[in-house]
Amino acid sequence: MTNLVEIRDLKVEAKTDSGRIVEIIKGVSFDVAEGEIVALIGESGSGKTTVALTLMGHARPGCRISGGSVKLAGKDMARLSEKARARVRGTEVSYVPQSAAAAFNPAATIMEQVIEITRIHDLMPAAEAKSRAVELFRALSLPEPDTIGDRYPHQVSGGQLQRLSAAMALIGDPKIVIFDEPTTALDVTTQIEVLRAFKAVMRKGGIAGVYVSHDLAVVAQIADRIIVLKGGEVQEAGRTGQILSNAKHPYTRELLAAFEPKARGAAPVVSEARPILAIENIVAGYGAVQRNGLPLVCAVRSVSLTVEKGRNLGIIGESGCGKSTLARTIAGILPTSGGRVIFDGQELAPSASKRTHEQLREMQIVFQYADTALNPAKSIEDILARPLTFYHGMNGPARDKRIAALLDMVQLPGSVRHRRPAELSGGQKQRVNFARALAADPKLILCDEITSALDTVVAAAVIELLKELQRELGLSYIFISHDISVVEAICDEIVVMYAGEKVEQLMPSATGKRPQHPYSQLLFSSVPKLDPHWLDGLERDPELVRAYCQR
Amino acid sequence: MTTDTAKMPAAGRMGYRFNLVGMLALAVILLWGLVAVFAHLLIPYPVGEIVDFDYFGPMSAQFWLGSDYLGRDMFSRIVMGARYTVGISVAAVAIACTTGVVLGMIAAVSGGWTDTLLSRFLDAMSSIPSKLFGLVVVAAVGSSIPVLIITLSVIYIPGAYRFARALAVNINAMDFITVARTRGENVFYIIRSEILPNILGPVLADLGLRFVFIVLLLSGLSFLGLGVQPPYADWGALVRENIGGLPFGAPAVMFPSIAIASLTISVNLLIDNLPYKIRDRSA
Repeated sequence: MTNLVEIRDLKVEAKTDSGRIVEIIKGVSFDVAEGEIVALIGESGSGKTTVALTLMGHARPGCRISGGSVKLAGKDMARLSEKARARVRGTEVSYVPQSAAAAFNPAATIMEQVIEITRIHDLMPAAEAKSRAVELFRALSLPEPDTIGDRYPHQVSGGQLQRLSAAMALIGDPKIVIFDEPTTALDVTTQIEVLRAFKAVMRKGGIAGVYVSHDLAVVAQIADRIIVLKGGEVQEAGRTGQILSNAKHPYTRELLAAFEPKARGAAPVVSEARPILAIENIVAGYGAVQRNGLPLVCAVRSVSLTVEKGRNLGIIGESGCGKSTLARTIAGILPTSGGRVIFDGQELAPSASKRTHEQLREMQIVFQYADTALNPAKSIEDILARPLTFYHGMNGPARDKRIAALLDMVQLPGSVRHRRPAELSGGQKQRVNFARALAADPKLILCDEITSALDTVVAAAVIELLKELQRELGLSYIFISHDISVVEAICDEIVVMYAGEKVEQLMPSATGKRPQHPYSQLLFSSVPKLDPHWLDGLERDPELVRAYCQR
Repeated sequence: MTTDTAKMPAAGRMGYRFNLVGMLALAVILLWGLVAVFAHLLIPYPVGEIVDFDYFGPMSAQFWLGSDYLGRDMFSRIVMGARYTVGISVAAVAIACTTGVVLGMIAAVSGGWTDTLLSRFLDAMSSIPSKLFGLVVVAAVGSSIPVLIITLSVIYIPGAYRFARALAVNINAMDFITVARTRGENVFYIIRSEILPNILGPVLADLGLRFVFIVLLLSGLSFLGLGVQPPYADWGALVRENIGGLPFGAPAVMFPSIAIASLTISVNLLIDNLPYKIRDRSA
């Protein structure tokens, strides 16, 4: 077999705003054989997308390919003129972006955009291109393949749009397709359909692929070979099975270990009978209140749950199921339209502005994006000092001491004190975010997808930290996530939500019983496993899939 | 890793970069500022005194910028004029921007009725043509420096308000504001400590631009005879007084115009070339 792609000693450099030149890819070499799918895996900033983009001869603004060669079917993409590259793009190499929603023009029909490549390169008449597109839609198992092209991007679901963007990439009959985290933004239940469709089409056409992802389990399903990148260098490369079962490099092992976090040990003994939080028939939503007393869009419909002291409750569900709205309602950010929130024996006012100082202090919320949750204009010290002054009236040396203790608790060096949030890494920012909640000495912390924006290894470390702090401080968490393995790792009980309703409450699979409700079964069975044959062997009830994956 | 320091235009020690155009503009602005402050020490002749036998006299060693339509020393009049032009404009822009920005942030953070009332009221105000409003007020109340300052600032409050509100609304949607609210912070803490530091950069740029508008409007009003009253004169009034010298190309009409242009263009250039912070700390 000849190699379709040969990358030799590739170097990419970027220029910072002070004019300094930083090498971000430091001599990467690998091959892709014809019809082979190679996965590039690594944490954010490892250079995986940068490497993939060089296959099209593209470097992002401010970056340039400074050395080495990227041979694609004999042509060196790094040396071609921009005009010659444009001819190759779409016909020999094409690209499927992470966010299909952002890649489609909302003002044109899907068909127009899918066949645009044939028009630009003058490959075939429009009628032929359209019938070819319909064939591709069918091959990607899209519903109503004959008419879906007439719709506009907002009229199809996220998973469908992602497959349509694959159709767009495939219409020019490329030799190789670059997938840039194509399923990261999708729910697990839809991810499977998309992965299956990709796999089938690629196999059938014998098309080579470069699949960029941070998710080892997803990659295991689709890739023939895996290349692990870190800091712009190849750490390890090998066949999928070999990497999964017999990883040599410590970084790869770390990635594998992070994939399956250690299950939580036995929960501390509950000494008090009174639950820390009980919510009863909560209804919440957005928009004006209707005549029946409900908001225009109901995001949470009559949910009840309790959290015992020192125990953790996980809430899982797909995007749009109302789990974040529920957290915001409990925190009083979005007042309830009905139902009661009872915290530590007292009923709380629906709106945070009506709650007492103490009530606010004892329940803290930590948000998903530490980037927006920390004021970029303040130093870490100021960010942590405010709740100390505000709730505890601390000042001067006492406050300084407490800040140092808090930083120590979340395992950050004392030197971050004077830095701004922008000068910290994602994981560090999330720790500061958490330290701010701890500064209030809360009894309950609502964690809204706090690990979702982090790399696997970093997320695992944050989870470990959370567990440790719980042991020391006797906190309770409500842990909201779409990532089942994360929730299982930290929670004593799991609530599954679907379409604003609580469908089931169960124990983590390691200790408890199997999920009973059909949606929870579907959800749990959709989580990719670190087994290359998992996707092929997975059988799902088509009735169930139809009932719950329509969006 | 290579570092080419040669290409870096004037990188400051503080990790800021400031280019040449910006520095020149800043120098001109500072010069006019100093001239305004120390005007009384700089003038060779009293502003109201007729010292030349000729009118619209040329530039000479005795009268550096020539003489005006009455034979008064132009250099002295421009230097003193800087006081009025720069002083009135700075006072007006300070009032306009402070009021506008504070109201804008209050509207963004409070939302609801406060926002609607403030926004509609200030929208209504901004629909009044600025020159006309200035003319009417000055004609009705009479021209004095406090009246000028207040009129000019009232005219420019709605713009500053709109600008600050738009910026603050974006910041207000951030999670750290939600965190502050659930902590129980009041509106004034949120405005001062969470929002203001994040909109300060654009607000300062806007302040500079508004300063230019105010200088031009003040000069315009003075040109129409509604600004600073004789025998004192700001730059706009100097242009008006000496407009008769235009056919002769008299320096008396050229230099006040150049003074207005140099100040406003410099402020504009400074805003476009403000020093910016280098994020790459390891350089």
